[in-house]
Amino acid sequence: MGYNPDKPMEGRLTDLGPPHYEQFMPPVIKENKGKWLWHEIVQPGVLMHKSETGDEVYTVRVGSARLVTCQFIREVCDIADKHCDGYLRFTTRNNLEFMVDSKDKVQPLLDELASRGNRFPVGGTGAGVTNIVHTQGWIHCHTPATDASGPVKAVMDELFDYFTSMTLPAQVRIALACCLNMCGAVHASDIAILGIHRKPPMIDHNRITGVCELPLAIASCPLGAVKPAKAEIDGKEIKTVKVTVERCMFCGNCYTMCPAMPLADPEGDGIAILVGGKISNRISHPKFSKLVIPFLPNNTPRWPEVVEAIKKILEAYAKDAKKYERVGEWAERIGWESFFEKCDIPFTEKSIDDYRLAYDTWRTSTQFKFTSHIK
Amino acid sequence: MAKHETPLLDQLETGPWPSFVTDLKKQAETKPEVYDILGQLELSYKDRITHWKHGGIVGVFGYGGGIVGRYSDLPEKFPGVEHFHTIRVAQPASKYYSTANLRKLMDLWEKHGSAVTNFHGSTGDIILLGTRTENLEPFFWDLTHEMGQDLGGSGSNLRTPACCLGQSRCEWACYDTQEACYQLTLKYQDEIHRPAFPYKFKFKFSGCPNDCVAAIARSDISVIGTWRDEIRIDQAAVKEYIAGNYPANGGAHSGRDWGKFDIQKEVIDLCPTQCMWMEGGELKIDDKECTRCMHCINVMPRALRPGADQGASILVGAKAPILEGAQMSTLIIPFMKVSADNEYEELVEFIEKVWDWWMEVGKNRERVGETMQRVGLPTFIKVMEIEPIPQMIKEPRSNPYVFWSDEEVPGGFERDIDEFRRRHAA
Ligand code: HEM
Ligand code: HEM
Ligand code: SF4
Ligand code: SF4
Ligand code: SF4
Ligand code: SF4
Repeated sequence: MGYNPDKPMEGRLTDLGPPHYEQFMPPVIKENKGKWLWHEIVQPGVLMHKSETGDEVYTVRVGSARLVTCQFIREVCDIADKHCDGYLRFTTRNNLEFMVDSKDKVQPLLDELASRGNRFPVGGTGAGVTNIVHTQGWIHCHTPATDASGPVKAVMDELFDYFTSMTLPAQVRIALACCLNMCGAVHASDIAILGIHRKPPMIDHNRITGVCELPLAIASCPLGAVKPAKAEIDGKEIKTVKVTVERCMFCGNCYTMCPAMPLADPEGDGIAILVGGKISNRISHPKFSKLVIPFLPNNTPRWPEVVEAIKKILEAYAKDAKKYERVGEWAERIGWESFFEKCDIPFTEKSIDDYRLAYDTWRTSTQFKFTSHIK
Repeated sequence: MAKHETPLLDQLETGPWPSFVTDLKKQAETKPEVYDILGQLELSYKDRITHWKHGGIVGVFGYGGGIVGRYSDLPEKFPGVEHFHTIRVAQPASKYYSTANLRKLMDLWEKHGSAVTNFHGSTGDIILLGTRTENLEPFFWDLTHEMGQDLGGSGSNLRTPACCLGQSRCEWACYDTQEACYQLTLKYQDEIHRPAFPYKFKFKFSGCPNDCVAAIARSDISVIGTWRDEIRIDQAAVKEYIAGNYPANGGAHSGRDWGKFDIQKEVIDLCPTQCMWMEGGELKIDDKECTRCMHCINVMPRALRPGADQGASILVGAKAPILEGAQMSTLIIPFMKVSADNEYEELVEFIEKVWDWWMEVGKNRERVGETMQRVGLPTFIKVMEIEPIPQMIKEPRSNPYVFWSDEEVPGGFERDIDEFRRRHAA
């Protein structure tokens, strides 16, 4: 029996929640839960965890595009069936993890993955670049200022060697969000790729009455830029809104609340780069990422300017930072003025905060470094 | 359905990283509507703008969350994506799967949807990308009846909680993140599926201060494992690290020659509280000064372990920038036992207290962190009935503008101006 549209409520099941996780854990994981003693990365992409029972689990970490099809997942299942007793997991950064319970099962698994062309790159561990967490972009969302899967593919192609090796001073987390909503939470990543709009919303007076609650649209603006107004449509006066352009910071929140205020635009939209964020409490406190490049264009399909900017930052960091130092810790040690110089990024007034609590980020000291910025 | 030319997307098929374009093209051979997904995306690459319409509310009976409505703005050209709603499916804790479960889910999604997915969405759910309105109920029926699985959350409700892999495969987890996440997700099904909050609300569970699910940056209530006794030291293993027999940081830096491991330089000098030293060949820690940043443990996982008296720190109020700017969550409860034995009593009580207050005073689309900021931390802890302690702040205020209240000042605020004037002429 399946769903019966004539009796939609009959036999209905709701609020089952997620399935219990235990049934999906490989036996070696289940039996040693809470008993793990230590781990080692035996080679890039391969972790070994040792239990107090003497058991070992080897994990092979594999990059994925995140935007994947049923067919792809079935292929992943084939691999897990053949090598991992039918179990696998995904990481928070969209990697796949295949686990086996002894060392001699690792090489056959690696060979299997390698035999499938470039579909299953092994890496993403330790002091390297792991998979990029990202959002939907043009494949699914209505508010993006850029695509998600495309720029991620272009950036990962370029940084591929950093995915399969562990040559950086510390791990580097890259994240992409295609608008300021930041589903991808890029506000605390080492390098953040953020889609931004640069034109204020247009107002579709023809549609606004039907699709928007005006008070909600007005209240949605964090800067009070949306104001009540009147307009004439077919000789009739209607209630609508206007936008005080000087106040707009292009966040798109009004569009989220009111479909008659679109702001996306081929020329206006593009990507900002932020750096130096982190989440971990290791050594220094968690930090927000800081805006260092205010705008790069959406040059489809491979976003060359974005790719180049990220590579430059990463390479300057790799060359200059100390072992264990995250990108933000490095920038703070050398000073942000040196960061801009070492990464060869032009400094503009767009990197000077003029939003709330901006004063906290201005320099109130005579301690600074003489860099090429001082003419 | 028609195949479309995709000269721009085709360029994303080169390079070493797995290509979603290649994957989609292959899938299109058996699910022709995927050609329309590619076609519309190609057009976005050409026009450099999205071709999805704004919103549209769809869902299944009785649920206010779990499905995000989406319609193409070019339905005639791309009929396969005329409707392209997203279904969020609640993921199992730490994202472990059996292939049997995944295959079944893929069967359902090919039957009812586009065969395109995200493993996983940023919040943690399984995202099934793209189906028509009339398929939603049949899919939901099959998901619940055939698989015993359920939708996740969307909208102004509790979002599907997520956790790091915790004790299942990490030696550092200070409580069972999976069980906590699972139990609280089940307990709050109603809050996940029927929006009743001013705005979204997230819990995330990390087993230690490394915070692998980014709880501190992304969740309204962040539960982050910690300990309150001494770091457990195996001095013999410390010697092995010093001798260079164990790789530092679990081998995370093995791709580059950083020279011989130097415990002074790499551990002791980098300890942010400078509470470690060597004495008679042994590593000493003044644990009272340690802030449990995890650095030394990360560097020497075979020698150092978190203490045995374990629990979690509870922080409140993280969010992404919109509306009032990004916030990290603020430390409110430094240490709490997080245990299934008492059904997470203390944590549950805390969560519900936050909700009761926020649902009353939170404005529409105001995250709890923004409400806290609006009323101020002193007011928040007062309504939570928590004692102020210095652990809640980075530093004391530097402005002297204290809001004293009537009761706090002897004699109160009521004074007599005439009586004052008799002593002090104007
Ligand atoms: C060497 C030992 C470590 C191991 C074995 C380890 C393990 C992991 C694993 C398995 C993940 C992926 C979790 C998931 O996706 O489910 C992860 C993510 C992460 N780890 Fe660790 N970790 C280690 C050290 C660290 C350290 C030292 C830090 C911070 C300095 C750190 C910070 C993070 C962060 C920020 C994430 C990503 C969270 C996100 O943004 O999604 N980890 N780690
Ligand atoms: C109709 C409007 C919206 C739609 C359709 C929408 C869609 C989505 C989708 C599809 C995701 C999951 C993304 C992924 O899988 O990578 C998501 C996550 C998220 N959304 Fe939205 N979103 C909307 C409005 C908003 C708004 C207004 C905000 C903020 C003010 C917001 C903030 C976020 C954040 C922060 C996440 C993920 C955060 C996390 O994982 O911690 N969204 N949204
Ligand atoms: S970040 Fe913005 S554009 Fe991207 S998926 Fe989220 S809401 Fe949509
Ligand atoms: S885009 Fe943001 S700042 Fe501009 S009017 Fe809309 S809500 Fe206000
Ligand atoms: S947060 Fe801590 S316990 Fe959880 S996976 Fe990361 S390192 Fe392990
Ligand atoms: S955990 Fe951090 S603060 Fe504590 S001893 Fe280790 S390095 Fe120092």
